[in-house]
Amino acid sequence: MLNIVFVLLRRLQVPLVVLIVAYAAAVLGFVLIPGKDDHGQPWDMGFLHAFYVVSYTATTIGFGELPYLFTDMQRLWMTLVVYVTVIAWMYAIGMILALIQDSAIRTLMKEQLFVRHVRRIVEPFYLLCGYGNSGGSLVRGLTGAGLRVVVVDSDSAAIDALSIEDLPLPVPGLCRDAGLPDTLVMAGLQSRHCAGVLVLTKDDEVNVKIAIATKLLCPQLLTIVRVHTQAFADTLATFGVDYTLNQYDLFTRIFKNAVHAPSLYALDERLTSVPNEAWSPPLEVPRGHWIVCGYGRFGQAMHKALHDEGVSCTFIATEKNNAARAPRHVVVGEATSVDVLVEAGVRDASAIIAGTGDDMRNLAIVMTARRLNPTIFVVARQLHIDNDALFRAAAIPLVLQHGQVLAGEAFTIITSPLVVDFLRLTEQHDEAWADALHRRIHAYTGEHNPDRWTVDVRSNSAPAICLVLARGRRISIGDLCRDTNERARYTPSIALLLKRESEFTLLPVATLEVRKGDKILFCGVKEARKQMEWVTRNHNVCHYILTGEESTRNIATLITPRTARVKKRQS
Amino acid sequence: MNFEKVIFAFFILLAFTLNFGFFYGDIDNPAHHNVYEFFAVIVVNLIATVLKLGDRTHLGAVLLATSLVAVLQLVVAAVVWGVVVYGSPAGMTPEHMASIVSLSAGAVAANVVSVILLVSETLMGRR
Repeated sequence: MLNIVFVLLRRLQVPLVVLIVAYAAAVLGFVLIPGKDDHGQPWDMGFLHAFYVVSYTATTIGFGELPYLFTDMQRLWMTLVVYVTVIAWMYAIGMILALIQDSAIRTLMKEQLFVRHVRRIVEPFYLLCGYGNSGGSLVRGLTGAGLRVVVVDSDSAAIDALSIEDLPLPVPGLCRDAGLPDTLVMAGLQSRHCAGVLVLTKDDEVNVKIAIATKLLCPQLLTIVRVHTQAFADTLATFGVDYTLNQYDLFTRIFKNAVHAPSLYALDERLTSVPNEAWSPPLEVPRGHWIVCGYGRFGQAMHKALHDEGVSCTFIATEKNNAARAPRHVVVGEATSVDVLVEAGVRDASAIIAGTGDDMRNLAIVMTARRLNPTIFVVARQLHIDNDALFRAAAIPLVLQHGQVLAGEAFTIITSPLVVDFLRLTEQHDEAWADALHRRIHAYTGEHNPDRWTVDVRSNSAPAICLVLARGRRISIGDLCRDTNERARYTPSIALLLKRESEFTLLPVATLEVRKGDKILFCGVKEARKQMEWVTRNHNVCHYILTGEESTRNIATLITPRTARVKKRQS
Repeated sequence: MNFEKVIFAFFILLAFTLNFGFFYGDIDNPAHHNVYEFFAVIVVNLIATVLKLGDRTHLGAVLLATSLVAVLQLVVAAVVWGVVVYGSPAGMTPEHMASIVSLSAGAVAANVVSVILLVSETLMGRR
């Protein structure tokens, strides 16, 4: 990488030499030309005065004729000096300004600022390539959760958008081709603080390039890569990429869960949406005839989901070749027109999916379909986040948002990877199982999304538990859920998943003993999370929930009288 | 023949030769040390420094460093000269002249290093 200072200096060589020569000639002239003092006696200027006079003249400050009035010869020389030195200065300043405005130099300066910014990050950060719809909402989510992000995008408009975005943490952005390994290194790929690489550009080939570079340079980093086709996903799997996300697969999964297994869908929604916020109840999706507008990649994903469900459906496709690929029941035409919708049977259909590649068209389909059949169930595809307000105003029960879907999945992987494993495992269970679990969670958290947390049994994240285990004592998952004020009671929390080495145990039983290195995913209310943090970190609290004995070494017990504590526990 | 290289070598050598010429003579005898020569030494050394700017090689960096050392020594000598002539009541004395010339002698040493580096680089390149 070039150093900006050297580049600037090399380009300024000529103006600097011109300036030095002009000054030298001017000074020498004043020293050599004989002068007179105020009494008319001969007086030589000397180098000090000459340099002084030239300095204030060349910079156009112009103090006048000092220390004595000039002779005619001096004035003649001064006239020359004024033009030569001032022009030399202007030339130098002009060159400097031109250099600063030079696009190559500006790019270099921006890159160097960016590199310095990244180097100053001394906490774990994620390197995000591609700042589009999904990249944008992922950055908002991660910075909101207090995580640092560094962004690379080849589009300067995207980086400009990032720079004016109001984010809770500063996010350095670099406009450069992320497919070049050099770019990734500049963005801190090899920094010891880099925690993962998130590849979300629109181009699969670029994504693969980035993934290869990452896996070769830093194989241990978490990599999440967006793909558009299964072929690329297979390629990436051979490189050991941790997660590949195909947004159409995600759409299929979400949609299938919503249509087929409302409890699974609700579970997924609850565990992946913002904790402790009000929760919207599950959808009541009708089972009748469906209409799918658009048969591109999205339409095909929907078709797959509906086909697996055994639901009958009619397609509306605009383009002939798309229509040719679609199965039977295809109406060719513009889905926004009343005639086409009626021909597809909108009056008798129970649901419609507005899945064309254009937000406005999708909204138009929704409104037309509702006018023709007021009771119809509507699913809409939203491509641009800017149209959020419109889709919200249309009160569409299920909106499948590009970007949002990918960002949500990536966010969950980063912030709570066990949730992803948990949801993957739940899909193998049936609806009744999911319903039972959902009822259990619902009983604890009510109309709010549960908080999720992971207990990682390692000495730096759960010191109290590690100490207990090191002393040869036993502690079970049920013990972790005990109330820290009254050990006979349990906090409203559920152990969802246990990860021991690479094995998963879904809904581990309360009597299961905890071992060092375990990772346990819990969900529950916020208060339960706080209590469990006490248990895992504080030796005295941990001792109490195991034995019921109160340790007296706690500073809190020293300052609060015993009676007060008993009262508090009873209340 | 590369014209840029001629100019480059010319200024580096000239900086050394002029400086040596100024320095040569009795160290405390003002008559042996010409003020105009000293002026030329400063100007040529400044130009030599600017010509060395922007070379990112290791050798280029060392060359630049020697020039900066020389310029620093010479500027200090010039300031001393100015203060002595205009600031002190005694004017130029042999002691003052000696300190100015010894500063310029330091700059000569830096110039010598510059020239040695230049020559050695040229010889290495020939091989």
